[in-house]
Amino acid sequence: MTLLSARGLGLRFGAITALADVDVDLWQGEVLAIVGESGSGKTTLLNVLSGRVTPDAGHVFYTDPDGAEHDVHAMPSPALRTLHRSDWGFVHQDPRQNLRMNVSAGGNVGERLMARGARHYANIRTEAIDWLTQVEIDASRVDDLPRTFSGGMLQRLQIARTLVTHPRLVFMDEPTGGLDVSVQARLLDLIRTLVARLGIAAVLVTHDIAVARLLAHRIAVMQRGRIVETGLTDQVLDDPQHAYTQLLVSSVLQA
Amino acid sequence: MTEGYNFAYLDEQTKRMIRRALLKAVAIPGHQVPFGSREMPLPYGWGTGGIQVTASVLGPNDVLKVIDQGADDTTNAVSIRRFFAKTAGVETTTHTADATVIQTRHRIPEKALRDDQIIVYQVPQPEPLFRLESSRVETRRMHGLSDYGLMHVKLYEDVARFGQISIAYDYPVMVNGRYLMSPSPIPAFDNPKMDRMPALQLFGAGREKRIYAIPPWTEVRSLDFDDHPFRAINAPEPCGLCGATDAYLDEVVTDDKGGRLFVCSDTDHCAERRDAGHVGKDGVP
Repeated sequence: MTLLSARGLGLRFGAITALADVDVDLWQGEVLAIVGESGSGKTTLLNVLSGRVTPDAGHVFYTDPDGAEHDVHAMPSPALRTLHRSDWGFVHQDPRQNLRMNVSAGGNVGERLMARGARHYANIRTEAIDWLTQVEIDASRVDDLPRTFSGGMLQRLQIARTLVTHPRLVFMDEPTGGLDVSVQARLLDLIRTLVARLGIAAVLVTHDIAVARLLAHRIAVMQRGRIVETGLTDQVLDDPQHAYTQLLVSSVLQA
Repeated sequence: MTEGYNFAYLDEQTKRMIRRALLKAVAIPGHQVPFGSREMPLPYGWGTGGIQVTASVLGPNDVLKVIDQGADDTTNAVSIRRFFAKTAGVETTTHTADATVIQTRHRIPEKALRDDQIIVYQVPQPEPLFRLESSRVETRRMHGLSDYGLMHVKLYEDVARFGQISIAYDYPVMVNGRYLMSPSPIPAFDNPKMDRMPALQLFGAGREKRIYAIPPWTEVRSLDFDDHPFRAINAPEPCGLCGATDAYLDEVVTDDKGGRLFVCSDTDHCAERRDAGHVGKDGVP
């Protein structure tokens, strides 16, 4: 059964078509990359899938761990909020959007645990330190403020904060954007390891074909609000069928 | 009673409006109810919220006590007590046991309150989350969804930084297991008194235009961690004048050589104990 499934999504911002007739299916433990150029509707699609933006047409269905199917946009807001802080996670391009910059690293990681009802300080702290170690942040930095962290560390802290509740589904919006190449490589390696080990399903928005190739099982190519091609990552990238995909793939410098 | 004022200063329509807000507040314990706060003849921050609530619940047969940080004889307490003596002609007292309505700024009397008494708190800032989340739209949503993880982040930060929860006053509480509430800037020492108090507790914030309430016998729990439980903080000495060890104490610097005197913050409580013959180490029999 699919974890997340969207049918016939459509959204217009005035005269601009942001999404048109978009279908998406995501299975348990699968990483789906959405690629396309700037303004093709990638981030809008991510926001609609995660229930943050309501579409003009179509539905998004989420299957919870008990097998019940929910229409994400018809859910009452308390239920959606609960979903967002337990079963789901959202990784922003800019970690500052997600992190509390005036709260220590440990507090940032612990917030989702406390929001879910954890009330034992020592356990929260142990888990926070465990997660900082998992994302390769030194445990001695647990009481430091995020503003003393580098860009790559902030992004890793954001990932620790998101994964601490063991979500089943993570939405990632350009998680490696704005980082230098060597930091990107380490971060990608980290995300790949964590996602594989925890069996997390992820929707990953990126304009970087290399990121998609490294992380994603399947790929969906977007152009002007439509999905023009979808398939297994290697299949789409090695044998692109749609003219736009061919352009996208050929525009990447060959190593 | 001075002629020319409506009973208890406010006009009847305003009192009706405030009573409606009070009823709603009592029906939803800990929930902040907006109300049309009026200009009062004292500045914001001096108890404009409390004074309006008091004016609305006061009847001709009530006996009013007003305290400011526990004391009956400070400017704020004296002027508000005189204000109601003048505009409502009600009897006033300094004895907790004799009062039917007690307006307070930042303390709860030491003597346990009864079910025929009402305590009115003056509240500067009704929103317990205001230092953590600046958007009122967002804090209202958090209250609506009972989403209070953020408050625990603040407690976590305290323990991580200082080894303990370092909130000495305005210590956040959960009312009836549902709403996070600011108890107004009373010392954390007073928090346990709010739990299942027989008296009706009303809170008025004049500048912020909010009223909230705790009905009698309602559960009020101070936030804490399982392994860092709530503790009431107090000076580690008995009262210098009456020798009380169970009362909240003020520290008074007495000279420039490090001399200090700890005295009960509740002046009525201290006076009653001294009348009963209790003498502290700095007291005069």
